[in-house]
Amino acid sequence: MALRLDIKKTLRCGSRTFDLDAAFVAEGRSIVLFGPSGSGKTLTLRALAGLITPDAGRIELDGRALFDSAIGVDMPARKRGVGLVFQDYALFPHLSVAQNVGFGLGHGLPGLLGRLDAAGRARVAELLDLAGLTGLAEARTDRLSGGQRQRVALLRALARRPQALLLDEPFSALDPLLRLRMRREVRATCHELGTPTVLITHDPEDVAAFGGTVVLYDEGRVRRAVTFADGPEGGALARALVLAERFSAYG
Amino acid sequence: MHNSLLELLVPALVPLGLTLKVALSATLGAFVSGVGAGFALSRPGLSGRGLPGRELLDALCTLPLVLPPTVIGYYLLVLFGRRGLLGQWLLETFGLSLIFTWQGAALAASVVAFPLVCKAARTAFEGVDTNLEHAARSLGAGEISVFLRVSLPLAWRGVLAGTMLALARAMGEFGATLMIAGSLPGRTQTLSLAVYEAVQAGRDTDAAFLVALTSLVCVALLLASGRLFTSRTPT
Repeated sequence: MALRLDIKKTLRCGSRTFDLDAAFVAEGRSIVLFGPSGSGKTLTLRALAGLITPDAGRIELDGRALFDSAIGVDMPARKRGVGLVFQDYALFPHLSVAQNVGFGLGHGLPGLLGRLDAAGRARVAELLDLAGLTGLAEARTDRLSGGQRQRVALLRALARRPQALLLDEPFSALDPLLRLRMRREVRATCHELGTPTVLITHDPEDVAAFGGTVVLYDEGRVRRAVTFADGPEGGALARALVLAERFSAYG
Repeated sequence: MHNSLLELLVPALVPLGLTLKVALSATLGAFVSGVGAGFALSRPGLSGRGLPGRELLDALCTLPLVLPPTVIGYYLLVLFGRRGLLGQWLLETFGLSLIFTWQGAALAASVVAFPLVCKAARTAFEGVDTNLEHAARSLGAGEISVFLRVSLPLAWRGVLAGTMLALARAMGEFGATLMIAGSLPGRTQTLSLAVYEAVQAGRDTDAAFLVALTSLVCVALLLASGRLFTSRTPT
């Protein structure tokens, strides 16, 4: 994955304004956007996914321009080919686990009727098997535990074989023990399927697990972008960096 | 005894059938237009502050709820009368006239019932988590697909509640219907109009029977819709 991003966006909420002015270039299997909440990480991720439109700038993923205000390019979210895992998972409450996972595989009339072709059904079965959720295929999502919900959200996003997977603070809602396990599991799944990740977090332990390029956010600006080795090998160093940065920010 | 009941029932079947035909058509019209308008009004729009003049549009959509039905009937006459803006066009292009027809009565009832669907639908659509719609988009769904597969199924209960109210309102419609369709027995005379006419003409037995029949039908409809609701409640 090669990501070049340079965007500006101003948000107004009453009398308060928030200015995002973020630019970085990153390459590799893992990118981590690190910073305190309200520093513009989620806004960046949403712009990357095509859910908000920046005021100006350019976003390029693997040589494809997803957004470029100079030449009027703004690819709709559905064509960007990136998977997205929301902080609260955003599972469809009116659909079963299998229907959630298969949501992106059939559009048009078959999708409307909740039907998938043979290839789609096979893909859903394969993914459910990978995550050990086969027994829950017909279950409603409100019956699932936190870890199971996260697995479903992950599989749903991966089903379409996206070019990149965007993860918005995926582990913050889990209890500490489960967090440890899901962190390992999510990374292993993405690794196995060969899907690069863009992870948002304010937890140094996430940085340690994912490694790769770490982009440090602060008050709507990118302070630094540093590249380490992927995975836990580079992760320990990356964690040391973000911890040092965090202390210098408060010190 | 048996015979006299039949004598009352048979002529009452005509306005009853007409009432159901008019009310169901009107509800369908109010459903389609109300869901569309309610959905449009619920969207935050590109600026994030909604469609331009969204609240003005919302007020306009609520107007039929506030205006006296006779005023709505008057507006409809102005629009759809033989010399009205739309009426003249309909007459010249299709040779159609809505005045003094059951379709005219259905139009009047659907205009009156429209705000009930529109309001309920707007609230229901605003209650749908935007992240779910975003999730669908990121999974490759186009806007129509997002609406049909996510927004509408999740807003369904609210939309259905509004539609039931619309049906009830359309069943009882009187004023606007009288203005545009008149009260022609067998053609545009619905139950509510038939009751009025029977009372005016001093046919007390007819009036009492029609009133009882109307009440029965309404209770049956309420029970049926109540059943529809409870069966949809998740356990």
